[in-house]
Amino acid sequence: MAHISASVYTSHVPAIGAALDLGKTAEPYWQPVFKGYDFSRQWLKDHKPDVVFLIFNDHATAFSLDMIPTFAIGTAAEFMPADEGWGPRPVPKVVGHPRLAAHIAQSVIQDDFDLTIVNKMDVDHGLTVPLSLMCGQPQAWPCPVIPFAVNVVQYPPPSGRRCFMLGKAIRRAVESCDEPLNVQIWGTGGMSHQLQGPRAGLINREWDTAFLDRLISDPEGLAAVPHIDYVREAGSEGIELVMWLIARGAMSDVNGGDKPTVRHRFYHVPASNTAVGHLILENN
Amino acid sequence: MSLDKPYTDVPGTTVFDADMSRLGYHLNQFCMSLMKADNRARFKTDERAYLDEWPMSEEQKQAVLARDLNRCIVLGGNIYFLAKIGATDGKSFQQMAGSMTGMSEEQYRDMMVSGGRSVEGNRYVGEKK
Repeated sequence: MAHISASVYTSHVPAIGAALDLGKTAEPYWQPVFKGYDFSRQWLKDHKPDVVFLIFNDHATAFSLDMIPTFAIGTAAEFMPADEGWGPRPVPKVVGHPRLAAHIAQSVIQDDFDLTIVNKMDVDHGLTVPLSLMCGQPQAWPCPVIPFAVNVVQYPPPSGRRCFMLGKAIRRAVESCDEPLNVQIWGTGGMSHQLQGPRAGLINREWDTAFLDRLISDPEGLAAVPHIDYVREAGSEGIELVMWLIARGAMSDVNGGDKPTVRHRFYHVPASNTAVGHLILENN
Repeated sequence: MSLDKPYTDVPGTTVFDADMSRLGYHLNQFCMSLMKADNRARFKTDERAYLDEWPMSEEQKQAVLARDLNRCIVLGGNIYFLAKIGATDGKSFQQMAGSMTGMSEEQYRDMMVSGGRSVEGNRYVGEKK
């Protein structure tokens, strides 16, 4: 039987990818950001999963205003790094896991979440920057990845509550798969940031810190926080943080099991316009 | 029945909701077209002629030509789409975000390095700073 062994949470700031691709990681500006992931790269080597289920948002790359799926699961055999206007990032192609993805899609839809099934999709920095942060610069990513895109571009994104419940449905789906797969679930985006208008540059360390605390110890309560609180307190783009609740909803403790172990926690301001947050939780 | 929009009193912030998306549809789809190198080249050669291929309002075209991102947002532009114009111009996301704040590039970068813009006094329109 497949199972979820751990969840990883991380920002996916595009400038982090650019810094890595351009060899700037040792610069004083970037050094503290990458240092925060030293532990994580070793941890992932020591705890290599069979599949990563990676929750991210597309940033007007694969999805324009032609189609705006709220939840989209990538069921393809592979996904190419997208050209976001600067040329594609020089990173490996993303190998999917069509069998598990299709299994999860069917199970989760039957569990009342109406996913959009995507068989062709380029993946942007939202997906490739977390892989870079966690894996460094390998010739190939260490395992297959199931991309799961959430709309947070056009308001309203799904509510925190809905995301949390979806995470539970994904857990049920994974656990109903007969293959003995070790699956990690990653929630990405955030933390506080605003990229638009005269209020651009907003950062709220206090709010971010409380978010990390509650994600660990009170995820159900955190899931009840309304969108407007994210917008007002964490910036218009801080609302990406609802995606972290999908990963959190898939953990054991909120499904009748034991509390997770906090393996790593990191927070840093800034990366470009954004507060970087990162957590690793292991199921027990 | 009108929609509940609790986010209209957040200062300096336009939430890209369904109404804004409708208003900015062609503007944003024009931006999206700049994802292709051929289109970027054609746009750079004659911006006005390229914009005239799109059913955008004159105001939207003028805002793009002036690279007035705040104006683009008022007219329905979304920052992730508008970022394609910045990429075409060779601007970083930080340069684009900073351009909307009335600060110089250096001032904005320094503010971010010092911890970013504080939320204090920035939660509600008309709030005392």
